[in-house]
Amino acid sequence: MKSAIHKITKTYHNDKTRLMDMLIEVQSEFGYIPNEAIDEIAVATKISRADVEQTRSFYHFFSTQYTGKFAIYLNTSVSSFMRGRNDVARTLEKEVGCHFNSVSKDGLIGLFDTSCIGMSDQEPAAIINGKIFPNLTPFRAKELVRDIRAGKTLEELVVEGYGDGQNSSEEIKAVVNNNIRKIGPVLDMNYKPGHAIKEKLKQYTPDQIIAEVKASNIRGRGGAGFPTGMKWELCRKAEGKQKYIFCNADEGEPGTFKDRVILTQRPKLLLEGMVIAAYAVGATEGILYIRHEYKYLKNYLENLIQGAHERNLLGKNIAGIKGFNFDIRIQYGAGAYVCGEESALIESAEGKRGEPRDRPPFPVEKGYLDQPTIVNNVETFCAVVKILLNGGEWYKSFGTDDSTGTKVLSISGDCKFPGVYEVEWGFSVNDICEMVGADDVQAVQVGGPSGSLVDPGDFDRILSYGDLSTGGSLMIFNAGRDILEEVVLNFTDFFIEESCGSCSTCRVMPVLLRNKLKKILDARGIKQDLKDMEEWGKVLKASRCGLGQTAANPILTSLKNFRYLYHKKIQMGTDFDTGFDLKAAVIDASEAVGRMPEA
Amino acid sequence: MNKPIVATTSLAGCFGCHMSLLDIDERILHLIDLVDFNKSPINDIKKFTKTCDIGLIEGGCCLDENVHVLQDFRKNCKILISVGECAIMGGLPAMRNGLSVKECLDEAYLNGPTVKNHNQGKVMPNDEELPVLLNKVYPCHEVVKIDYYLPGCPPRADLIWEALVALIHGNEMDLPYEVIKFD
Repeated sequence: MKSAIHKITKTYHNDKTRLMDMLIEVQSEFGYIPNEAIDEIAVATKISRADVEQTRSFYHFFSTQYTGKFAIYLNTSVSSFMRGRNDVARTLEKEVGCHFNSVSKDGLIGLFDTSCIGMSDQEPAAIINGKIFPNLTPFRAKELVRDIRAGKTLEELVVEGYGDGQNSSEEIKAVVNNNIRKIGPVLDMNYKPGHAIKEKLKQYTPDQIIAEVKASNIRGRGGAGFPTGMKWELCRKAEGKQKYIFCNADEGEPGTFKDRVILTQRPKLLLEGMVIAAYAVGATEGILYIRHEYKYLKNYLENLIQGAHERNLLGKNIAGIKGFNFDIRIQYGAGAYVCGEESALIESAEGKRGEPRDRPPFPVEKGYLDQPTIVNNVETFCAVVKILLNGGEWYKSFGTDDSTGTKVLSISGDCKFPGVYEVEWGFSVNDICEMVGADDVQAVQVGGPSGSLVDPGDFDRILSYGDLSTGGSLMIFNAGRDILEEVVLNFTDFFIEESCGSCSTCRVMPVLLRNKLKKILDARGIKQDLKDMEEWGKVLKASRCGLGQTAANPILTSLKNFRYLYHKKIQMGTDFDTGFDLKAAVIDASEAVGRMPEA
Repeated sequence: MNKPIVATTSLAGCFGCHMSLLDIDERILHLIDLVDFNKSPINDIKKFTKTCDIGLIEGGCCLDENVHVLQDFRKNCKILISVGECAIMGGLPAMRNGLSVKECLDEAYLNGPTVKNHNQGKVMPNDEELPVLLNKVYPCHEVVKIDYYLPGCPPRADLIWEALVALIHGNEMDLPYEVIKFD
């Protein structure tokens, strides 16, 4: 083992900032990360053992125990449950002969839960040794276990044929489908890859590019909606030895999968956008941070980067512009929703736990390795290419005044046509439901669990930064769904699972909220419980990052828009009752010290 | 008009929240103009002498005595506020909630490195005057009804101040992120 670990650390020049890559390789080679590997890595990278260990302990796909020759990670997102996850999971447990989050006795198969893997339009989906198996059924689950037992290889487990578009290409070979249903001006294929770099960049100074991006009024597509032009300008003006461009492809918001589709079908557009950003802010290095779940795209994307080098779209003196040097490397995550937060993403790319930083300073001043860094969403970079090709004014002709351009949406749930849609900002929820063939809709979750649960009374509201903001996730629930049990509880569980644990509010409060919600679902709830939950939602606002600040949103927005569902469940006659019993609470201690409890 | 009356207490807390209250600096003079204090460690009034408008609770409940004090506060205060991490969520003392009371007591009096071999009689403190530990540490809202929550460890002085002033003037507590953030 020692020599294998040495080989891995050497691949990354014993560089401590590449700790993630080292641990990913160890995990993949041994099926877990043994303590011996921690020791070896600590010595090689000259960091403390505790530093290596805390990175190992942070990420979902790192394990201290053997995860089996075939590690099956089955998605726990709401869309997975809606499409029959329970039956698939029970079948797997029965066939494998072990419960979830354990490994079969012979060490052949491990079963694990995992948060949304970005396949909401083809659930239930599982990742087996990095390969995606979507649209699972109990029958298919049985078949998979049988084939694994029969000694088939990972590749031989695929029986359904590969997916649409590039998914079938030799470099990807994934069963995944893109399900692109609507293409708009950003995803439009009628553009020549590399054209913006080769022909356009020369015509602009960096300041002019920033001016053009500003003129387009584009705002960050990841969800927070920070003005992109301003971000670039701040980074350009910031002082630093070196500047960095980060592409945030860590889309972890349940129900979002549009970045996966862009990475599959429009990766050149994305890389081109990063090069433009580098030119604008004066950066020399780019990092494309991709969530672990999308690692099946690795060869494909690496070859593209290699190809871009060969065409002088990356590397030295790009497109003949003297002194413009820029390179991109890919950094994979290891399963942590919070890494989608930009400062956590940077921490993770430095090889550390993905805990959000305290801000200010913001990444544009002190980001990766404390140098000025911009972090933009996949879609933002794509849009910037089209802005450069067609002009900021052109881009502004789409969308609304406060939300210019288009938005690529990931739509899933109860509808006929789940998939990816590029629409102009300004669509109403009604328009969306009509577009995707959704009838009898009870609720739409706009913006994922951290967004809001919208009721039909509000379906004329407009998708825009000013009204209903979204990073792209829309989930539709029909009248047959139990919103509180199936949706709100699932989302709350998600936040509990994904909290990094740094702020006590976010570590503890969602658990208290879940307990309350369960109490209500068990018909033991009272009026005060609703008020408590609303007050606790405010407490969560004290958290350091967006995860904690929005962790109560599933409960808060359902309390606001679906209060009648809560009223149906609680005991309306009771105002307050904690159920606290002092006599019972002192029995243990009285017994321990040999004292009679007071009568 | 009578001034609103404020009472405060520290249950299973570290007094850090009270320190933070004192951190309002010179505004404390203004505070004395705004409110009267009743039962509180700040003025050392031990027992309620009248009904109070606002009760500030620091710390959760780890002893039966904490429960009595908290229930007393609920009876005597119109509005109760959980102030800080421990009152709201149990906080640091709640770290023992994963263990049984017996395990905690055994470690403290029989097995801990500083007591092992020194407690020959294996004595556990058991005077009737001593309060009794609860089976776990409870956040205040699990014992009595709590009206508001001020997060922080401790909550910033500004947060306590702004919240008090808003309550006294009957305004909505619209507290900006910079004030509630405590990390």
